[in-house]
Amino acid sequence: MNKTDVLIIGAGPTGLFCAHQLGIIGLSCEIVDNLDKAGGQCIELYPDKPIYDIPAVPECTGEELTNNLLKQIKPFNIKFHLNERVEELKKNKNRWHVKTSAGIEFDVAAIVIAGGVGSFEPRKFPVKECEKFEGNSLFYSIKDKSIFKDKTISIFGGGDSALDWAIELSNNSKVNLIHRRDGFSGVEASVQKVKELNEQGKLNLYTKFQMDSVLGDKNIEKVKIKHEKGEIKEIKSDYVLGFFGLIMQLGPILDWGLNIDKKTVQVNTENFETNINGIFAIGDICSYPGKLKLILSGFHEGALAARGCFKYAKPDEKLRFEFTTTSKAAQERLGIKK
Amino acid sequence: MAKITYHTHDNKTHTVDVQKGLTVMEGAIQNDIPGIDADCGGGMACATCHVYVKEEWLNKLPAKEDGEEDMLDMAFEPKNNSRLSCQLIVSDELDGLEVNIPSKQG
Repeated sequence: MNKTDVLIIGAGPTGLFCAHQLGIIGLSCEIVDNLDKAGGQCIELYPDKPIYDIPAVPECTGEELTNNLLKQIKPFNIKFHLNERVEELKKNKNRWHVKTSAGIEFDVAAIVIAGGVGSFEPRKFPVKECEKFEGNSLFYSIKDKSIFKDKTISIFGGGDSALDWAIELSNNSKVNLIHRRDGFSGVEASVQKVKELNEQGKLNLYTKFQMDSVLGDKNIEKVKIKHEKGEIKEIKSDYVLGFFGLIMQLGPILDWGLNIDKKTVQVNTENFETNINGIFAIGDICSYPGKLKLILSGFHEGALAARGCFKYAKPDEKLRFEFTTTSKAAQERLGIKK
Repeated sequence: MAKITYHTHDNKTHTVDVQKGLTVMEGAIQNDIPGIDADCGGGMACATCHVYVKEEWLNKLPAKEDGEEDMLDMAFEPKNNSRLSCQLIVSDELDGLEVNIPSKQG
């Protein structure tokens, strides 16, 4: 059981800055995120795209913003639980018990949901039979590439993941790469490499094709693919891989009894608390009249939510407003030596 | 104002007046038309405002910008008449536009 003052759900910029604000006022926290790294949408959707509206930062990329926030919270030694999704929530007297997908448990005084538009999950094939094979011969990510040795693999997608895996697996497997158009969104060098391998017969490239159906009993045996003009091809396949990026799903949070409207959680604007005492929501996931989905708004919301958590974490203490320029306590917490 | 018609997956038709300058995505959100999620808020970063444009309108729409086709690779069941509705800005030229909303966004 991990005991801490506050559990932050979501390691995007809003969650990270809220952790900073908690640290400044002397509260401890831990952060859970479903992705394998901090940064949220900034890292997953646009790591290289410049952002121009962070106050006092004329231009920075999603990756730079994330790295700077991580640097800013370094003094607080915050524990991250990545690749974890929160599942269960239980009230226990004045505290909350939270359990994650891998069974990690938390005992906390308050919860801050900074979950963006939900947790990132792989996008799946629209074809219904695919569900039946998911996890045994159909995958949306690769954990152990050795299972593909000497097998026939059909890879669907046109981005970097699809291209990189097609190139990599073509060394020891028979690879079919299927994509809905001639153009690819992956980097040009990989696109060229795939085309070369196709010409050398080391990989079969099918463009303007999409999945039509999968056939097989326990495991996949064949896939049918359909050309945009209607032609259907049947190709032998031991495994099918789909790389269509990630989609955001609200997931188990939906069942927590929060007031939810159009995938967002309603909060008050005084401290961004939800309809449930001790549960706060900040950033893209919260809604209130006038809400702007900007990173800067998430920072403001996080600063107020952190202070809202104080009365749950330290009910017998009074929180005084202080500036980091002059507060000895805040400077000590930041590890500043004078 | 321009009239935009959204055909939703439950075979319902919603024709609404959308203010010029808004996007077809915003027109759907503001009028509570189901089936358009627009998770990223219109930033061409998520493909959850995917629509199928009625064939006769395809050539009248502004061309796709770099990146829209890349995002459509990620969309649920993309077709030749797929567009991201956040990239379609409503104008007089689009008065009467009809789009079909797919059964799912992801």
